Amino acid sequence: MNLLLTMIPIALVYATPLVIAALGGLYSERSGIVNIALEGIMMVGAFTAASVTVVLEPNPLAAYFGILAGVLAGVVFSLLHAFASINLKADQVVSGTALNILAGGVTVYLCQIFFDQQRTNAFTTGLAKISLPGLADLPVLGVLLFKDVYPTSYAAILLVLLTWFIVYQTPFGLRLRACGENPQAAASMGISVLGMRYTGVLISGALAGLAGATMVLTQDIQYTLGSVHGAGFIALACLIFGKWNPFGVLGAGLFFGFSQALSIYAGDIPFLQAVPLDFFYMLPYILTVIALVVFSGKSVGPKAAGELYDAGKR
Amino acid sequence: MAKSRSALVVPSIAILLGFALGAAVLLATGRSPIDMFYAMLQSVSGKNLRADTFNPRYIGEFIVQSMPIMLTGLSVGFAFRTGLFNIGAEGQLMVGSIAAVAVGLWVQAPPVIHVLLVLLAAMLAGGLWGAIPGFLKARFNVHEVVVTIMLNYVALYLNNWAIVSIFKSVDRIKTEVIPATALLKSSALAALTNGSRLNWGFVPVLLSILVYWFLIEKTTFGYSLRAVGFNKDGALYAGMKVNRSIVSSMIIAGVFAGLAGAVITVGTFSFGRALPAAEGYGFDGIAVALVGGNAAIGVFLSGLLFGMLKAAQPLMQSQGIPKDIASIIQASIVLFIAMKYGIEYLMKKIRMRKPPVAVEEVES
Repeated sequence: MNLLLTMIPIALVYATPLVIAALGGLYSERSGIVNIALEGIMMVGAFTAASVTVVLEPNPLAAYFGILAGVLAGVVFSLLHAFASINLKADQVVSGTALNILAGGVTVYLCQIFFDQQRTNAFTTGLAKISLPGLADLPVLGVLLFKDVYPTSYAAILLVLLTWFIVYQTPFGLRLRACGENPQAAASMGISVLGMRYTGVLISGALAGLAGATMVLTQDIQYTLGSVHGAGFIALACLIFGKWNPFGVLGAGLFFGFSQALSIYAGDIPFLQAVPLDFFYMLPYILTVIALVVFSGKSVGPKAAGELYDAGKR
Repeated sequence: MAKSRSALVVPSIAILLGFALGAAVLLATGRSPIDMFYAMLQSVSGKNLRADTFNPRYIGEFIVQSMPIMLTGLSVGFAFRTGLFNIGAEGQLMVGSIAAVAVGLWVQAPPVIHVLLVLLAAMLAGGLWGAIPGFLKARFNVHEVVVTIMLNYVALYLNNWAIVSIFKSVDRIKTEVIPATALLKSSALAALTNGSRLNWGFVPVLLSILVYWFLIEKTTFGYSLRAVGFNKDGALYAGMKVNRSIVSSMIIAGVFAGLAGAVITVGTFSFGRALPAAEGYGFDGIAVALVGGNAAIGVFLSGLLFGMLKAAQPLMQSQGIPKDIASIIQASIVLFIAMKYGIEYLMKKIRMRKPPVAVEEVES
């Protein structure tokens, strides 16, 4: 039980960037643009956030400026994906792959220019944890959810609710989903497919940038090439596992976050001791493949995601 | 004719733009693009033009860097030809490497036969790993992109687990050295190139390029794969077995990538390695296939191009140029290739702006 009490806060720390980035992927894919560049955008967000934080650091708000910079960097970087795949009709998977390679190159290149090494300098505190007054004193729940929690974890929950509201309760959300399901029909109703898709990709850039910033400022001491280590692809897995739905994404993110926390504490749990660590790392990926097979045949994902938009197609 | 010309023009423009962008990045950050080009020249020719020295070791390393990415390029290219996007070359390569280590360490056989068994095992393992997304695509219509991405990570952790738990690595980083009978190493080739890691791996690589060309261009099997790639419904209507083509195409793609795993493990190295992260051979393969237009000769040439970029990295770093400029150039080339429609559109515009006089000259 005590173990569970220490594990849940750690699972939350791991789950937070996964959920945020997966929500980013949701906006992009719902608008009809596949975004496998989440990983790369997260790297750019993480690098920018870490750099700005290091530079501003004795300032108590340094990490928040870092996060803001990470979000902006994510938006700018995702513009490339939007421009290539929407204006120039590039294959979205190729463009995403290019961005993932580019992100590793650009961030480490800039580290060498700014910091003369293949990583950023280390920041001293990163993002500080907060405790909610009053709630933090609650028995059990206080320790689990309200004491010494990163503010970004609350941001993630709010973003889930906000995303659900935007995507399912507003005209904008309806238009966004229409562009991902049947862009020709959407266009015939006077919706700008190009505009909606740009919005979708740029929101995904902002959120993936936020996710990268969160990840480096809460789980690392500096940005390195390995700071994001596949989280962008696990976020993609969350999106699929969560059936492209905000609450599904939250559930999948918490589950994958928990499985990562479990891998750290497996040595302390008798019946898990025998399971090699690497199998825990594999879990999200294997489950996603299984989920894909289970969901196959049912139309869960946006129908037109990944297709080239041809206004003249019937 | 117009089509084959654009197959050459678009990659050439993309490569030029990529290098121009790389040079601009260097200039903007106060580094010298000239140094980068010198480093690339030295990695290809072995000649240091500034110090006027010659070291063939650079040539050897350049070839060593080109070999595996030609194979992953063939892997990605073969799937592309059937309309499939194989992001999974990286994972197929790692599974191939596991099989190579297993046969290398556990099987005893006479020299040449042992190394052939190693290569075969790696190809088989890679093929099986490639069959998974192929089967899931054919049977359940699950998109191969996501499955192959996920399987890359599964393969990475499978490899790391195998190195420690199955092959009993003592330092948890590398296995014991694989017996010489199972290695592609050649002291003659190493001596010829002043102690580089050059090895017999180039033989299976060149053979693979030939096999690729023959399969795709000269067999009905290759023709039906291409037909599926062009138009799945049309191929189905013509009586081709589309689902079977998808599975066989992914298996063959996996075979090429699996072979790359063996070439790295028993050629470049001589032991299995646990990896903190994927090494990017799969992504290199995507770049190689795209630039090479998924054609055998194209993959060969673009494999040399990106092999040169990889080989020049240590040289650049030693001259104060961050080696990551190579990734920036590679990514921009891929991005520019992806923007093919944009480039073709621009070319059309430029052509239309030409004065009509030129046309008359041609006619007279």
